[in-house]
Amino acid sequence: MTALASAKDTEMVEKTNSASPNRVIDIENLSLTFETNDGPVHALSDIDLKIDEGDFVSFIGPSGCGKTTLLRVIADLEKPTAGSITVNGVSPEEARLNRAYGYVFQSSALYPWRTIAKNVALPLEIMGLSGEEQQERISRNMDLVNLSGFEKKYPWQLSGGMQQRASIARALAVEPDLLLMDEPFGALDEIVRDHLNEQLLQLWAKTNKTVVFVTHSIPEAVFLSTKIVVLCPRPGRIYDVIDSNLPRDRSLDVRETPEFLKIAHRVRDGLRAGHSYED
Amino acid sequence: MTDATHSSPRSINPFAGLMSGTVGPVIVVVLVILAIWYISAVALNTPFQKGLYERASRTDVPVSQLITDTLAQERPVLPAPHQVIVEIWKTTVQKKITSKRSLVFHTGITLSSTLLGFLLGTTLGILLSIGIVHSRVLDKSLMPWVISSQTIPILAIAPMIIVVLNAVGISGLLPKAMISTYLSFFPVTVGMVKGLRSPEVIHMDLMHTYSASRIQAFWKLRLPYAVPYLFTSMKIGMAASLVGAIVGELPTGAVAGLGARLLAGSYYGQTVQIWSALLMAAFLAGSLVALIGVLEKITLKRMGMAR
Repeated sequence: MTALASAKDTEMVEKTNSASPNRVIDIENLSLTFETNDGPVHALSDIDLKIDEGDFVSFIGPSGCGKTTLLRVIADLEKPTAGSITVNGVSPEEARLNRAYGYVFQSSALYPWRTIAKNVALPLEIMGLSGEEQQERISRNMDLVNLSGFEKKYPWQLSGGMQQRASIARALAVEPDLLLMDEPFGALDEIVRDHLNEQLLQLWAKTNKTVVFVTHSIPEAVFLSTKIVVLCPRPGRIYDVIDSNLPRDRSLDVRETPEFLKIAHRVRDGLRAGHSYED
Repeated sequence: MTDATHSSPRSINPFAGLMSGTVGPVIVVVLVILAIWYISAVALNTPFQKGLYERASRTDVPVSQLITDTLAQERPVLPAPHQVIVEIWKTTVQKKITSKRSLVFHTGITLSSTLLGFLLGTTLGILLSIGIVHSRVLDKSLMPWVISSQTIPILAIAPMIIVVLNAVGISGLLPKAMISTYLSFFPVTVGMVKGLRSPEVIHMDLMHTYSASRIQAFWKLRLPYAVPYLFTSMKIGMAASLVGAIVGELPTGAVAGLGARLLAGSYYGQTVQIWSALLMAAFLAGSLVALIGVLEKITLKRMGMAR
């Protein structure tokens, strides 16, 4: 360990002590400014957010509100320019090196020259797991996303929904406690999306993982989440945080209930208000 | 009549089936080339033939006689296709392979330096591209030299390479192969740099989320991504390699190889010999490139990338 890293450690210890024991993500005063030729772009400004273990948190907002950027900061794919953030009590970089999270991208990002099983095996190969362990994790996680029997298929032989499920299995194979999902079902049609939303909820209930989910669909956000974070653009900031009182164990029918509509209404209001002081 | 009733009436136009495949168009193109070739041969060889008639004081030579004569000259300006074919037949099938007059012997010499040069060039190209992709310093410092190396006419630098290598005691196959290497490393370098940089951002991000090392990212992502680029650039590299080998044979004093046949042919005005060597070189290049195409198909199929 270098001196720099140990200095970071002590800083982290202080933070973890002050946080509640099951705090997964702790963001304080976080800002991110991109320097461009047209001057600075404030992608994220003064973000404060706490996510606890077992939460299903959705980031919702119009394009350019920084929802994907915020997720990328958590995943250490972007570095914040100000403020602090901890993931599992440590810096995002350390969390990434510990393989604390699984990341699901907007497109499946499967490697075309690998079979589905080999694609799921990719992170396991990088982690250097034994062949036996890899096989066990591949079959377990492919079963979890209902893809058993498709091990030997190539990505192009699968439908878009199945490809995205394979990419979820790949993220789960790392066995992270935290799942980061960036509009994973954005490119799919509504019927497939509903189906995958239901499956994702079942998966979440079964594994008790913490999920951070980026979407621009209000019904999707309300249906999935225990906590909805409404963001608005220029600069990207949090406009509203809504704690959902819907039961954790819910089916698609919940979308007809008044509680659901009430939350959806508040989200829509937030999105509209966030937009109002544009132009 | 009975024959007609027995044969199945698949197609009314007997040429319709022929032209729908690839065989038909290929035959048509070959026939067109042959026609142009024959017409050009007659046109280009006529002045010399007319001069012969004048000296022999023959005035009333019929056109058919003129055409036959222009296609049967010993040293024509442009030999007719059948003359070249006969020459190739004589120097391949009717000569022992070990004979210095055998075209197969000379082709073999050129082929060996082509293959050696291609192998060295491809290896060098891949190594350079790996360095260039992974190091900013190498990218900035090497790439301009790689590009400027190809702006020098190969005919100018080939004798220098032969002379310099001879001075340090290296002669024979290697100097010629070096010229092939010089020409073939370039397309491989450029193609592989492009290929190794081609993974989408999302795929690189994925590797980042796994905290994969650069070596892991290279083997698991960059290299497989670059395979189609490698084969495309190897095809260009192979053709360039053959050109390099032939050019490399010119300044050695025309001892052996297709280049030597070309040079000897031009010394003695043996245009038929030149053209037979040219055709052989073209055939060789075509076969080698086709061979890489077959390897490409097999590899991509095994990688699951060919559908």
